[in-house]
Amino acid sequence: MGENLAQNYGEVVAMVLFGIGFTNLLLQKNMIKKIIGLNIMDTAVYLFLAEKGYITGHIAPIIVNNDFSPDTYINPVPSGLVLTGIVVSVSVTALMLSLTIRLYRRYHTLDLDEVSKRLKKEGL
Amino acid sequence: MEIILNFPCISILLAMFSAIISSALNGKWAKYLNTFVVTAVGVLSAFTFWYTYTTKNSYTYVMGHYPAPYGNEIRFGSLEAGMALFFAVIMLLSLNGGRKKIRLEIAPEKEKLYYIMINLLLSSLLALVYTNDIFTAYVFVEINTIAACGLIMITEHGRTIEAAVRYMIMSLLGSGLFLIGICLLYDMTGHLLMVYIHSSITKIMAAGTYQIPLLVTIGLIVVGLAIKSALFPFHAWLPDAYGYSTVSSAAMLSSLVSKGYIFLLIKLIYRVIGFRRFYESGIVNVLFVFGLAGMIMGSLYAIRENDIRRMISYSSVAQIGYIYMGFGLGTSIGMVASIFHILSHAATKSLLFVSASGLTDVSGGHKEFQELTGAGYRNKAAGAAFTVGAFSMVGIPCFSGFISKLLFAQAAIQTSGKTLPTLIVLAISTVLNAIYFLKTVIRIYTPVKDDKYEAVSSGKNMLYLVTLVCFIVLNLALGMISQPITDWISYGVTALI
Repeated sequence: MGENLAQNYGEVVAMVLFGIGFTNLLLQKNMIKKIIGLNIMDTAVYLFLAEKGYITGHIAPIIVNNDFSPDTYINPVPSGLVLTGIVVSVSVTALMLSLTIRLYRRYHTLDLDEVSKRLKKEGL
Repeated sequence: MEIILNFPCISILLAMFSAIISSALNGKWAKYLNTFVVTAVGVLSAFTFWYTYTTKNSYTYVMGHYPAPYGNEIRFGSLEAGMALFFAVIMLLSLNGGRKKIRLEIAPEKEKLYYIMINLLLSSLLALVYTNDIFTAYVFVEINTIAACGLIMITEHGRTIEAAVRYMIMSLLGSGLFLIGICLLYDMTGHLLMVYIHSSITKIMAAGTYQIPLLVTIGLIVVGLAIKSALFPFHAWLPDAYGYSTVSSAAMLSSLVSKGYIFLLIKLIYRVIGFRRFYESGIVNVLFVFGLAGMIMGSLYAIRENDIRRMISYSSVAQIGYIYMGFGLGTSIGMVASIFHILSHAATKSLLFVSASGLTDVSGGHKEFQELTGAGYRNKAAGAAFTVGAFSMVGIPCFSGFISKLLFAQAAIQTSGKTLPTLIVLAISTVLNAIYFLKTVIRIYTPVKDDKYEAVSSGKNMLYLVTLVCFIVLNLALGMISQPITDWISYGVTALI
């Protein structure tokens, strides 16, 4: 058990970070902290993928000197997934930030519970 | 007839490119383009459905030049094509039913953006229905979430911004779990195409390795998609999002967005995990318990509500509970009942939202029950349509809701160990449904003296009237000719593999 953890420390770190990010996104009251949590969560997934796609001693999958041997390069698919994932997470983060700006302009607070309280008071 | 095999791909691209083109058009033309695209997608899906249904075959369509197992694929049989057709029909009807409201509630310069979001929503729904690649599915799940968020917050009401934020947070939690789930799956199997993952999983299981990681992965994927489709304890965002957004948005969110995720889950269960393995994993029991809890709690929340739109929204929580309860039975007949309920709930819930908007319009825009007294007389078409929707939700024979309840009960009887709880909760939930829906129907047909609100003649808004009639016909069709539909679903489910 302990040996496995030590060998795969990259994956372990990724999972711990995923947990931290997930909990932050779920439990923080402050919107900005929630968004930071979201980014930690997504980045943890990329770390996990990068760790899984890496093969020790191999180089980045860019063909040089007409070397097509698969023993030279790392697995390119996880890298592609990471790129796609980054695009998705950037757009989602941008959307969340713009929503936060809207919320702040209207209620002058970043605290989601405070907003709910105000909404109840407004009686809308 | 080979050309029909291109239709699913064409319909996804059509919806996606129309979203891009709409950004250069004004609101009016964006509306025309959107109507054209939704209709065209409906027609294309109808052809695909007809072709796959008559040939009784599933087809794989290679996207790009890389053959499997490296490239990207679309795969469709009659169930997928029928679902796409149904989604397009519901989308067109929901849009037409709320057309007047869209004009009134959305700022004119934003109308274009609304139609962009709807085109994106359509393309992502079609992609979720057709795709054979799990990472593509993840990307389109996110596009679906973003489009749905746009639909919620387009009215720029304080409540809708808050609802959109809550919706995004819940959805992102769900997609985070889903993403890590598919990464683990890729890690274990080395494939992204569903069929190849399935064969790898079969090998893994035969070798007896990776048992716990596989269980964790199935759990993460199922829980992620369950959070996104608002299964009971994760429903907090739902009443605000459905209750305060414009009526077309509410109808589409309840009947299409959450159903897209559920359909993806069904595909993953059959095509990736394998139904037997899903059953043996024990996750069915978790879904069963949460489904039952949702059926009761959703209805209890709905009874407490004094706002008709929020009441209908809470009823959605109960209906999503029904669908997951059908998954939880762990038999293929339970699955068929769930898929039938997806259709039935989509047809009924959008009808309820659209007709409720007609009723609140003739009550001075108030959504509280005391103001709605007698609204059924003031707007006769909306009153009749609401009554049909309410009867269907309660489960009165001839309407679609009756058939889904019947199928659930039959499925429960054939499942040993889960028969009694299912039947009891089904009965309780039906009674609770009857309490709040029939209460509303009685309320809108209670005559009032010296009515302070004016009646409207139904002929004035022809589009609205025609939409309501189409919805009622759809509902009755699902309820009356259910046998061919269930036959089609039971065949389609086996063809998913």
